[in-house]
Amino acid sequence: MSDTTLRVDPVGVVGAGVIGRGVAQDLAQTGHRVLLIDISDESLAAAREEIERNVRVHHLVKRGAERQDVAQVMRRIRFSREYDPLSGARFVIENVTEDWNIKESVYRDLDDICSPECPFGANTSAIPIHRIAEVTRRAPRVLGMHFMNPVPVKPVVEVVRGSDTCDDTIELAEALLSQMGKESIIVNDSPGFVSNRVLMLTINESVTLLHEGVAQAEAIDAIFKRCFAHDLGPLETADLIGLDTVLQTLRVLRDALHDDKFRPCPLLESMVDADLLGRKSGQGFYRYGEGGLHDARQTGSR
Amino acid sequence: MTSEAIKARLRELCSRRAPDLADEDDIFEVGGVNSLFAIELLTFVEEGFRIRLEDEDLDRKFFRSINAMAALVERKLDAQG
Repeated sequence: MSDTTLRVDPVGVVGAGVIGRGVAQDLAQTGHRVLLIDISDESLAAAREEIERNVRVHHLVKRGAERQDVAQVMRRIRFSREYDPLSGARFVIENVTEDWNIKESVYRDLDDICSPECPFGANTSAIPIHRIAEVTRRAPRVLGMHFMNPVPVKPVVEVVRGSDTCDDTIELAEALLSQMGKESIIVNDSPGFVSNRVLMLTINESVTLLHEGVAQAEAIDAIFKRCFAHDLGPLETADLIGLDTVLQTLRVLRDALHDDKFRPCPLLESMVDADLLGRKSGQGFYRYGEGGLHDARQTGSR
Repeated sequence: MTSEAIKARLRELCSRRAPDLADEDDIFEVGGVNSLFAIELLTFVEEGFRIRLEDEDLDRKFFRSINAMAALVERKLDAQG
């Protein structure tokens, strides 16, 4: 992007969880100054460590990527527990926990601190964008940006136009994503948008098939990978997202759309109760051993 | 650890994502091996074999195939003594 007037920089990233870390890494690797904000020091320390590790291996992971100067990339990221540095941000991408009360309070704070022109990109799985926009005094500057994991290698973002979102905001989001080497697919606001409306049903039905004993997890995933050429099957995807997040998203979709087809499978609920949350807890539909590597056949042998 | 033992562990690791992978096949070119798996591979090689990879080791050519990774692991293990 040669037009410096369009250059969106610096960028605030709020929430240093899995997606927030990926967004911060990707922004820094594409030359942006980043303000990564989280309420927890532990989370910020873990974010720094993981981002550094991932920058180091990025050229191996992403086809065509060049080796980067790790120290230089890391210097572009400022880690902070305070919101104040966000007053200078040209764009804010929010990735906090998918809990309405938390999101609401974060958006009230952001609205007070950020400049009135600064757009807010909400990274949410299922919360309607208009609901977030209503909390702020800048509804036309609020949109949804649904990043996929792992962010630095995913070439496309689902961009959500809320009922009040103005064209300028969409254009700025597209410009920012383009600076990150990403394409935008713009959809209208609806709970779960396109991706999660379809994905959550697919995961839930796959869990139901497993629950009914129709097929084992490996067989279900293999059908998607080998017949439909997906990189991951639905149960591996659920393990990657986190079963608690899947359960929470299904509940949000059921409540928002008043449709019982989103009712979570009892097996999913009992796995979350038992803390079998997927990769992050070490076991979900598969068991994750050394370095997050999974192999269901090793279950019981460790 | 013998080179055959190193290869056996690497084969076991790769078999889930790419069941028909031969030792010399390019793992970045076959289906089923994605970016997430590439990160896992690196972590697995470092933690599984207790070696520390330097920046110059992080080259695609060393991770291209089971044979290439086995050679890298062997070289690092030898260097560590």
